Order: sequence, then structure tokens, then C-alpha cells
Amino acid sequence: MKVSYYPGCSLHATAKEYDQSVKAVSAALGIELKEVEDWSCCGATSAHSTNFKLSVALPARNLIAAEKDALDVMVPCAACFNRFKSAQHHLKDDPKLKKEIEKIVGWTYKGTARVRNPIDIIYNDIGLDNLKGLVQRQLTGLKPVSYYGCLLLRPPEVCEFDNYENPVLLDKMMESLGAEVKQWSYKTDCCGGSLTISRSDIVGNMVNKLMKMAKEAGANCIAVACPVCMANLDMRAKAELRIPVFYFTELIGIALGLKGSQDWIKLHNIDSKPLLSGLGLL
Amino acid sequence: MSDFLQEVNEKIGGVPIQRCYHCRKCTAGCPLASVMEYNPNKIIKMIQMGMKDEVLYSATIWLCASCETCVTRCPNEVNIARMMDVLRQMAIENGGAIREKNVLSFHKAFLASIKMNGRINEPMMMVHYKLLSGDLFSDMAMGLGMFMKGKLSIFSPKTVNLASVKKIFSDTTKQS
Repeated sequence: MKVSYYPGCSLHATAKEYDQSVKAVSAALGIELKEVEDWSCCGATSAHSTNFKLSVALPARNLIAAEKDALDVMVPCAACFNRFKSAQHHLKDDPKLKKEIEKIVGWTYKGTARVRNPIDIIYNDIGLDNLKGLVQRQLTGLKPVSYYGCLLLRPPEVCEFDNYENPVLLDKMMESLGAEVKQWSYKTDCCGGSLTISRSDIVGNMVNKLMKMAKEAGANCIAVACPVCMANLDMRAKAELRIPVFYFTELIGIALGLKGSQDWIKLHNIDSKPLLSGLGLL
Repeated sequence: MSDFLQEVNEKIGGVPIQRCYHCRKCTAGCPLASVMEYNPNKIIKMIQMGMKDEVLYSATIWLCASCETCVTRCPNEVNIARMMDVLRQMAIENGGAIREKNVLSFHKAFLASIKMNGRINEPMMMVHYKLLSGDLFSDMAMGLGMFMKGKLSIFSPKTVNLASVKKIFSDTTKQS
């Protein structure tokens, strides 16, 4: 299958290992990626916190660019995903706003591009049986908790993703790789998001709690699908509470024996080598 | 009805916040309620009572992380997350003092980076934030570590058609 690909700013910087692992996993699963032409930032929290129209127009510029390819759009970053879905939601319900935004962006908005996270594409289009068939190395002994965070799920009528109180797609995906997924009640709790820069004290407490609860659930690592969750968990948690955090695509890469998977994880702040080499996964 | 309540309702453009029957589900699920000055439910009550200055100068509106748990769980479909956006925008437009200045400084630096490059240039955005906030030295070791791993590039590619991004900024700033 072929999809448009919107990496977003983080995947070209602090989350470059997410970009690299999404690309490698997509290639291995037969998903061809065509990058959205001359994309720009989605505006993230800063746009919708300060200027509503800006928060719709910035994603709309990218959605309009993606519509020209007439493909589904893969958006790995949960924050970009949420802003895209939210803009589509507003534009669908408000013809006056749509007209105004089209004038600002200078092009007609059709609303035809399906915005999708790679979790959804791999689960629903590739299928876990096919994923399982490609596993070279079972992730035996790896005990992740799945951490979905906020922006893939809420609000549900906008995100249209998975069960918003107890999502399971990522859990099932990790299980299909041979991991022993642990259950916990913090799957959809917030990591503090962009407050990490201006109020790192608050975010520190939030991720400390998440780490503590993950450990209490018996996990030895956390699987994420959001660059902000990753950055906050990987950087802001207290040293004594830390367990390794992985993008889910990195874990697929390790299980499928993909080239580069050993390099992606070197970019994390929390060293995952002791865990992975102990399990014979390095 | 107080003018403030009416203004907030108009800007939210959905379910009027009088529909809130104060079950406090929003507050029970709010991950930031414990550090907020007034919890989300109190903010709704204060808007209903017309306490404009107190609400717009509260720390709450800047500490909301927009996790959307409140609006997802509200039995009356009051869009509390959108309400927080509206209040932040009103606080900026009002031109008065802002309680959590650094949160707003971060947003300003973030948006300035988009306007200048079309995309976020993380190191340049952080320098800009530090100048705006005056918080010069926090996270220096973390930034250096990321730089050494090649995660921060000063020369990250820009959007080519920058004029189209700049137009979005000028057109949306004029109107709001």
C-alpha cells in the first residue's frame, strides 16, 4: 500500500529515531511512504492555546497539500495527528470557517484525506498475523506497558482511534511480537505535554508517577507513540525510577531484525542496553 | 447572564457552560488539578458568576495541558478544553498581566519559530524562549546531551514556500 507521510518537526529533530524506525518498519511491511510536499508545522499546543484560526489554518495547509496525492496520510506524531484531526473536525462542521481558511491558505479544502496513525495502519491494514509472520526474534522477557497518552485518543469523536478509556491496539501489537504486555490503569494519563519547558517541575512529578506505576505493574519498559510522551518520560523522570522507553516502531524493528534498530535506541537518554542485552535482544 | 459568561459561550461556540451541573468529573480526572490555582470546576463557577479578572489572571488557564480528559468525560458535553483555549486567548487580548508568563513565552517562541522557518528549529526556539523568559540556565546539560547525540540541528530544513506560512500568520493575527 502507498500512503502520504507527514513526519512533522519533532521527527526531524528530537524524535529522529521515531522517523527512522517508522520508515524502516513501513518498508519491511510493504508500506510505501510519499512525504507530503513542502510541509510546515501543525502549530501544536502553542497555536491552539493562543489563536484558534491559526490552529486550524496551519494543519489545513498540510491537509490541502496531502489531498493532492489522494492517499491516506500517515502521521506518526500523536500531537500532529491530534491537530490534523481537530482541524478536519472544525472544517467539516463550519462552512463559514472553511471558506475563510481556504482564502487564507489559497486553495480549496476538500476534506478527503484520511489522517491515520501508523498504529492504526499496521493493525487494520497490514494485520497482526502478517506482522507476526515477519518476526525474526520474539521479544521474550520484554514486559512493556503501553502508554497511549492523550492526543491519539481524546476527544474520541475527533480522534476516532481506539477505545478512549482502555485502548488495546498497541497492547495487542506488542503481544504479537512475543512481548509479555503488562496491564496498568495509566495508559491514557497525561505526561504534562509542552509544560515540560516552562514548568518542568510539574512535568517531573507527572512522569515520576507514570514510571512508578509502570514498575508497580511489573513492566520493565514503556512503549509509546508520541514524541512528547517520549521526551518527557525519557528526560524528566527521577534517575531511581527510570525504566527504558521505546517508540513502538523501535520494538517492531528489533523483533523483525531490521537494520538500524540498534542505532535508534542509542539516541534515547535512558540506556536500554542492559535490559535488551540481558534478554538477548541486542 | 453576566457579560463575561456570554462572551465565553460565544467564543466556545458549542454547549453553553451553564449546562454544567457541577458534578466535578472534569476535576476528578484532571491531571493538573492539584497544581492549579482554581480547579476546572471552580473556573466554570467563577465564569458563571462573572469573575472575569480573577479567571483571566488565574494560573489555571496556563497550567491546563489540553489533555482533553475533562471534555471527554463531561456528562453535559461542556467543552472545557476549548473553554481553556478561549480564556487564554481572552487573557492575551485583554492585555493585562499573565500569571504563568513562561508558559506564554514558550508559545511565543514556538510560534515565532514556525513563522520564521515554517517548521520548528528546536535549538533556535529554545534560545528564543530563554531570552523571553529570562530562565537562561535550566536544561543546559540536557540540551548539550541531545546535541552530542545529533538530535538537535541548528540547520534543520525549512519549508520552501515560506510566504504561504507567513500569510497564514498575518491573516489570522489580523482577524483575531
